[in-house]
Amino acid sequence: MKLGFLVDLNLCMGCKGCEIACKVENEVPLSTWRLRVKYIDVGVFPDTSRSFTPLRCNHCENAPCERICPVSALHYLENGIVNIDSERCIGCAGCMMACPYGAIYMDPETNTADKCTYCAHRIESGMMPACVVACPVEANIFGDIEDDHSHISQYIMEHRGAVQVRKPEKHTSPTHFYVGGGNQTLNPLAHQRLEGYDLFNKITHLDHVGDKNHGILDRFLAPFAGHDAVDNASLLASEIAEESHEQEGGH
Amino acid sequence: MVESTIRATQAVVTLDVPIQGIIWGSIITVNMWAKSIGTGVVFLAGFLWFRHNKEDMPNLRWTMPLIAFIALNIFLIFTLVDLHQPYRMVNIFLHPSWSSAITWGSWLASLFLVLIAMLMFISIGEKFPGVPFKGCLLTKFGRNNSALYEKLMPFVLFLAIPVTMYTAIIMAQSSARELWQAPTEVMQMIWAALMAGSAALIFISGSWTKEARKDLALVLTFSVFFSFAMYMSEYFFSFKSAEAEAVLAFVHSGGEYNIKFWIGMVLGFIVPFFLGMSHMKSENMTLLRFAALSALVGLFLVKDVWLKIPQLLALS
Repeated sequence: MKLGFLVDLNLCMGCKGCEIACKVENEVPLSTWRLRVKYIDVGVFPDTSRSFTPLRCNHCENAPCERICPVSALHYLENGIVNIDSERCIGCAGCMMACPYGAIYMDPETNTADKCTYCAHRIESGMMPACVVACPVEANIFGDIEDDHSHISQYIMEHRGAVQVRKPEKHTSPTHFYVGGGNQTLNPLAHQRLEGYDLFNKITHLDHVGDKNHGILDRFLAPFAGHDAVDNASLLASEIAEESHEQEGGH
Repeated sequence: MVESTIRATQAVVTLDVPIQGIIWGSIITVNMWAKSIGTGVVFLAGFLWFRHNKEDMPNLRWTMPLIAFIALNIFLIFTLVDLHQPYRMVNIFLHPSWSSAITWGSWLASLFLVLIAMLMFISIGEKFPGVPFKGCLLTKFGRNNSALYEKLMPFVLFLAIPVTMYTAIIMAQSSARELWQAPTEVMQMIWAALMAGSAALIFISGSWTKEARKDLALVLTFSVFFSFAMYMSEYFFSFKSAEAEAVLAFVHSGGEYNIKFWIGMVLGFIVPFFLGMSHMKSENMTLLRFAALSALVGLFLVKDVWLKIPQLLALS
């Protein structure tokens, strides 16, 4: 059994339902994402179009993150999922440097690497990943890509010429496929990411990696100083204190 | 921001999350820089002892392990500091994954530090019997096992090679960063070690013979030349991947990284090259020390830029 994902970008309408479902299901902290939907506008007014691309871990068969992890915190499950054991992670960020898709983040609450696990805990109980359940147009198709009769395998067969993966040149063999995508949506170098204010918010870089409320010294003191007290609420409070409404873009 | 758009499509990101900033920052630069000194002085000591009599470099026997010990501890402390869960460093030894260059590096560097510490205790014990205090068991052990130094040195020298190179393999395993390619990074690490090692030893070479100092200047000059040549060919001709090209095009267009890179090139490579050459012609110790200082500062700046620029790329 090898579990895989396919997103039909022709169906995706950018509702971000999957993104929210993922956040809720996995309690993904503020300022981090396991799954995100990226909007890309193409063309010049009035001849324009907008595409939506859900982006998550590709669960590569030849995963660079699994290879570089020095403590096997990133490891394969029998069903092909690249899982992560946050109890073992040392927070070296090697996986973040290795993942060509930028799918791994440093959890600001636990100070360990984290990523999409295809909701491995739900799959273990016979359920579908939260994002699949939440999608109103069934653009997310999930299943066993080694089973020729599975929905995903048949979908791939139906659209065989149009099935793509991100960055095939990296030889990572992703098990996450797209239908209906193009270079301008799947290749991050093919679209411009403007500095400053965008359609809805200020899109630039994250200033921090991991827990911005705790400095380097705190990492050493954490086990003795109640580091675990930081949660979404305290992160939100600190962000509000740091930036005014206007500075955030008035969203 | 780094990207190379197709102009005709006018494709623009209109809604997305912020992309990750620089993940491995200056802490990792200090890590690499200090390791270059730590292994470089070992290479240089091996080379000088092969070429000259030990009497030509009277203090090298104890200063080399001392410098290496200090530099390696800086390197290890900064490695630890960069971890988000520093206490879990022990997991590398309890649950090692041997496919990772980080694991290999941690094990090899730890072993290397132990051997360097032994060399230090032996040589300090011989040279300064009362240091750090009278009756110190470690230095007493060193004094009583003086011959161990010569037996350990070949292993230390051999081990310095993988300890120097493993960071380049980590960078190569960081497959999201196309700018870092294994062959060039391995060579750059070796040149950096020779540069940093010779530069560090120049500061303690006041009592050495002219010939020994000339050899230091020679190694410094050669290593900065070859390292410079490699950086220039990578900087201007890395057309093997779209990502590396996009990163370099961004840096070429100006900005802080461009300025920092060229300041680093001048200080770390061009200045030491000419000062090193002039030292070989007419010995001037002050200028050689300036060349060494300049090389160490420039090396740090260039390493810092080279580490950070591929991380500016949006990966998805």
